Amino acid sequence: MSKEKKGVRLEHISKIYQDPKSGKDFYAVKDTTLDIRPGSFVTLLGPSGCGKTTTLRMIAGFESPDEGEIYLGDEPINELTPNRRDTAMVFQSYALLPHYNVFDNVAYGLKLRKAPKEEIRERVLKILDLVEMTGMESRMTNQLSGGQQQRVALARALVIEPSVLLFDEPLSNLDAKLRVNMRTEIRRIQQEVGITAIYVTHDQSEAMSLSDQIIVMNRGVVAQMGTPQEIYYHPVDEFVADFIGEANFLKGKITAHEGEDGILDIQGHKLTMAGAGSFPVGRECTLVLRPEAASVADRGVLPCQVVLSCFMGSYQNYHVTVGDTLVKITEFNPKHKKIYDVGEKVFLDFRMEDSHLLQSR
Amino acid sequence: MKSRQGARLDRKKLMADPIMMTTIAVLIVFLTLFILYPLAILLVDSIYSKDAGLTTSFFSTVLDMGTFRTAISNTLKVGFLVGLVSTVIGLLFAYVEVYVKVRTPLMGGLFKVVSMLPVVSPPFVLSLSMIMLFGKAGIVTRHLLHIYDNSVYGFWGIVIVQTLTFFPVCYMMLKGLLKNIDPSLEEAARDMGASRGKVFTSVTLPLLLPGLGNAFLVTFIESIADFANPMIIGGSYDTLATTIYLRITGAYDKNGASAMAVVLLTITMLMFMVQKYYLERKTAATLTGKASRGRMLIEDRSVTVPLTVLCGAVALFVIIMYICVPFGALFKTWGYDFHLTTKWFVMVFERYKGFKAFKDSFVLSFISAPVTALLSMIISYLVVKKKFRAKGFIEFVSMLAMAVPGTVLGIGYIRGFSGGLFRTGFLQGLYGTGAILVIVFVVRSLPTGTRSGISALRQIDKSIEESAYDMGANSLKVFMTVTLPLIKDSFLSGLVTSFVRSITAISAIILLVTPQYLLITVQINEFAEKGSYGIACAFATILILITYGAVLLMNLFIRFFGTSKKLKEAD
Repeated sequence: MSKEKKGVRLEHISKIYQDPKSGKDFYAVKDTTLDIRPGSFVTLLGPSGCGKTTTLRMIAGFESPDEGEIYLGDEPINELTPNRRDTAMVFQSYALLPHYNVFDNVAYGLKLRKAPKEEIRERVLKILDLVEMTGMESRMTNQLSGGQQQRVALARALVIEPSVLLFDEPLSNLDAKLRVNMRTEIRRIQQEVGITAIYVTHDQSEAMSLSDQIIVMNRGVVAQMGTPQEIYYHPVDEFVADFIGEANFLKGKITAHEGEDGILDIQGHKLTMAGAGSFPVGRECTLVLRPEAASVADRGVLPCQVVLSCFMGSYQNYHVTVGDTLVKITEFNPKHKKIYDVGEKVFLDFRMEDSHLLQSR
Repeated sequence: MKSRQGARLDRKKLMADPIMMTTIAVLIVFLTLFILYPLAILLVDSIYSKDAGLTTSFFSTVLDMGTFRTAISNTLKVGFLVGLVSTVIGLLFAYVEVYVKVRTPLMGGLFKVVSMLPVVSPPFVLSLSMIMLFGKAGIVTRHLLHIYDNSVYGFWGIVIVQTLTFFPVCYMMLKGLLKNIDPSLEEAARDMGASRGKVFTSVTLPLLLPGLGNAFLVTFIESIADFANPMIIGGSYDTLATTIYLRITGAYDKNGASAMAVVLLTITMLMFMVQKYYLERKTAATLTGKASRGRMLIEDRSVTVPLTVLCGAVALFVIIMYICVPFGALFKTWGYDFHLTTKWFVMVFERYKGFKAFKDSFVLSFISAPVTALLSMIISYLVVKKKFRAKGFIEFVSMLAMAVPGTVLGIGYIRGFSGGLFRTGFLQGLYGTGAILVIVFVVRSLPTGTRSGISALRQIDKSIEESAYDMGANSLKVFMTVTLPLIKDSFLSGLVTSFVRSITAISAIILLVTPQYLLITVQINEFAEKGSYGIACAFATILILITYGAVLLMNLFIRFFGTSKKLKEAD
């Protein structure tokens, strides 16, 4: 596609809805500023009701922002109706036109643009080839499986060569295996076409595997934006840490400084945290520890007691208590490791650099 | 409060769509001019006249009339009883269809016929056959029972005829609700030890209660608004609709008739409000669940036999009533000479300009049907899929027409248009033309069409239209290429329903029709009034054939061109 790639910019976007029960106004999206680079794959991730779909629908033009301005490239698009915006959306329910066959569904946008018949044919077939649906042109949409329908929906969005492709939880109606397949497909096609893509999902593994950038949203505001690695290893708060993957939280307090380092006190045990010298003394902190970064050992960082020990095949699943805090541990490849039983008093072990320290707010 | 940017942008986006804007503007003008304005004029007329100025004297005059007060109580009595009995019979039919194993295909056929009848039957057919079966010369009363002075005219005549006319509507409404009750609820009650009767009274009935209230009120409104049946079978038993009609056609008391019409309108309006804004919401709240799976039908003979026999008897009675009409047109002299003859049909065409009557009725209805169908689909599309400020107004006014009795509308049109708009002479040319008849037809059928359109559209995933919009189609394009093809069935049935409703309409039209148009229904009414039942029956028979033919044609159309079958298979 020869077309110039465009990014999307949201400047201080808010959307206010009225709560149908109380009649009170609330912010579905609040003061959100985003800069999505041309050609990148960005995911809006968050629990239901976090404002991710509303944000996407504002970019598509179905909802109008109550505050702020949306730009496509350098052009402000607040006042444009969806049919005049250079975006194309792939819907959760596929939203194929049920009275058209595959070919006509894909050709719909091109016909609206009054492209010559020959060109329509050529472009539709080319795009159907890209999504691997060649030979299905004359099928009616209800004769297709969910995965095939979603491919057609994707083809229909791609064929009009929009500047930005929008995905509204496109895989959530598919079964688990197909979902994994399709997300690889979506990523491959996006890379091949080199189009800017904005993807909404509540599935963190989908977000991780697809995105260049993940935007985690919570209660209408952006909690964190970053690469999957940044978000996983350096979550900015407990919400992000908990929402992306599994996380254990150990509460503590900074008691002293040692140059660049800070001394963290967890239930009377002193841990030296690199880089925590900037945290003020007396500050309550939370240590974030991923289950796979920790292990159970005869000696280690913190004393603990095993309360659950369960063989899962590829890993041994432990639950241990440190004081009254429950910590989950995933010990991979347990075949040649020592297995601890419930009730044993042992140690929770991990490397300081594998954990992540958050200041409580 | 300052208007929000979002609302402002929504408005701007709307403005960017000139076709939408024009459509909305045209709709608002149409609804205001042909529904709100005539009603408003009635209100004004009932409290103001040029000579008397602002006055309550018209109300006090009509309310002082003994006949009018009797008419009010008559109407309410009839309405209440008809509502009650229709709801009970409707419930019986619905329950038997949804819960009871009906053994023979014959019963299934009877049910289908009963549900079809209200669609195809002209309003006064049952009154005619009632008189022919049970009147002074009635076959049943005179020849079977040898009662020579039976009078069917009056309270019981109206109640029986209206009940038979309106209970199928209750049946259809309640059937839909019963199907939505999750069988697991009742199974859970059975499982906990409740008897079948107890399940019905403690689970099914409470769930259904708002729906029953709904059916009752809808029938109540229909009964109160009904003009044709009381006209023919009421005799000296006057109801509001007939009293108003006589007030304007007999006494030429325009202000009095307006005041009476306002009284009638107030009654139906109040009920409509309760029905729409209270009961309908409650029904939706208690019965949102979809049946999770098939219901175990009752096979217990002690339940099935009496219920099926009861339903069968009612259905058979209704069918006999209808069959009576063509025979009425074929016998030489009903009740005395049962030789077959075609003389009534011949008379219809040769002496009474039958051909012109059918042509006029047919042409006017044929013009109004597509207008109504398209208009109601557009209104439903706007109401369900679009957001704009006047949406509430459009939905409310087009539904409001349901609560306006035809007689009231007719008087409103006379007062509102005979002297032009606001009696300025503007648009005066409209009055007395075929155009105003077409408009009345459209207004009278609009609520049913809109209702079916709205429920059809609600079932279509919103994102299908959004996707077309997103691909670059404007509102007109979306409506033509996506919405309309998807609700083709609803559109087609709206087409036929409004055709049938128009060709069988009488209440408003009888007040507005001018001698240059001969309408079948008006003819039937006239001959039935005169007691020429043979001719009335001949007219009615042909009318039934036309409407039945239209419905058959529609079913064929839907079978071959409808989309919904394909779509249904997809689910």
